[in-house]
Amino acid sequence: MAENSSSLLDRSRTIAGPGYNRWLVPPAALAIHLAIGQAYAFSVFNKPLGALISGDPAKPAPDDWTPLQIGITFSIAIVLLGLSAAIFGKWLERVGPRKAMLASALCFGGGFLIGSLGIHLHNIWLLYFGYGVVGGIGLGIGYISPVSTLIKWFPDRKGVATGMAIMGFGGGAMIGSPLANNLMNHFKASAPQGVAPTFIVMGIIYLLFMQFGVWTIRVPADDWKPAGYVPSTEHNDMITTANVSADNAIKTPQFWMLWVVLLCNVTAGIGVLETASPLIQAVISGTEKGKGMDTAALAAAGAGFVGLLSLFNLLGRFFWSSASDKLGRKVAYAIYFGLGVVLYALAPTLGANAQLTLFVVVACVIISMYGGGFATAPAYLSDLFGKYQVGAIHGRLLTAWSTAGVLGPLIVHYLSDSRKAEGFTGAAMYQTVFYTMAGLLVVGFLANIIVTAVNERYYEKGPVTVEAGGH
Amino acid sequence: MNPQPNNSTSAPAESGAGGSVVLAWLFVGIPLAWGVSQTFIKALALFK
Repeated sequence: MAENSSSLLDRSRTIAGPGYNRWLVPPAALAIHLAIGQAYAFSVFNKPLGALISGDPAKPAPDDWTPLQIGITFSIAIVLLGLSAAIFGKWLERVGPRKAMLASALCFGGGFLIGSLGIHLHNIWLLYFGYGVVGGIGLGIGYISPVSTLIKWFPDRKGVATGMAIMGFGGGAMIGSPLANNLMNHFKASAPQGVAPTFIVMGIIYLLFMQFGVWTIRVPADDWKPAGYVPSTEHNDMITTANVSADNAIKTPQFWMLWVVLLCNVTAGIGVLETASPLIQAVISGTEKGKGMDTAALAAAGAGFVGLLSLFNLLGRFFWSSASDKLGRKVAYAIYFGLGVVLYALAPTLGANAQLTLFVVVACVIISMYGGGFATAPAYLSDLFGKYQVGAIHGRLLTAWSTAGVLGPLIVHYLSDSRKAEGFTGAAMYQTVFYTMAGLLVVGFLANIIVTAVNERYYEKGPVTVEAGGH
Repeated sequence: MNPQPNNSTSAPAESGAGGSVVLAWLFVGIPLAWGVSQTFIKALALFK
């Protein structure tokens, strides 16, 4: 029995049979990404976790966890996301997406359960270990688990396919945040702030929801191709027909240029996301309409702005990644960064002049391109390195996200705090943040421009088999 | 693009299991639509 159940997870048992429709693969991938995308809604727990002893988020007790202590949980999860994606990428290529998705579901759901014990015992280390370390490993494996499978099923629409999956990561926060709020309200009477039982229920929900992806995903046969699909015969240096292994990919300058590209993209996006709520409140305060608004109304508008940015982040992931199929990846990133520089540089002026509508439009376009930068990366890697170990290469690239996830907030808070210390208030406090991020985008633009085709000496010699991917 | 015979042991890409595809998309689409609608309602506060 044990042997049978384990073999069901093997790559050989997941090869699609006759009649399998490839449009089942994106929902399978979405089931994983919609779940793990919850991580970006972790801030919904910040206030409740900081008032487990006092019972009042406005008046924390001396032994209550501080915002910094709680925030570290998310940082650990993001660092582990990048590390586990890098470490387990080759394993994923070898064992196939089903086993990886199951591992992700067990880690992500299990992380919630261990975390709930930490909350119940008021032991922050157990929360760090559960949600941060175990859950973070689930995030990393889950994030890359459908990527190479999607690229193999959709060689004709790589950007569309990976854009759909990675859009799910953006959507996950939109589900996770109201779900957590509803559950905490429901359990408030039975546990401090209702957080520990909320973690248990969410862990079980996500574990079960992700099973849909685990048991629906299939890999195509090695010789499979879409009906009517003929690979383009037009020579394009930037789209290889060869294959580069993950170990060789990290020896190429192209990989590290893309690493810089992703680092700049994510750090700049964090610059907007971290400052969105206070900045929009400052901009609104400068308008005629804002002068009559009280603090609660301004805070609601701030939360609304963050919600609007989430929507554009989600849409941008699908729109820009799909557009990159037509534009080409290099051109797409040149637009993200070229247009991004202009818009980042423009934003502080619009804010200072209380141009609310224009400011909101600019921020929405910026954040859509931030999402696009995330979602286009797998297709860019596949173009440059082939589909052989693209999941593993993508995993290694995600260490740039971890780096930005730690560095980004530090840079933003350092710059805004420095301006505050100099006596600046309102939108002017964030001026250097936006100019610095515009500078980072220039670096990203240049890194993208110098990406060329990978040197042939890195290509795999002879035919490659997927099963050999991890050896 | 000229149609080309599929040499694979698998079926053509968009054939078969249409009902399963619809159900699969509903399974992930419904929670996503709920999340998007909740976020949209929250975002409306910006325009009040």
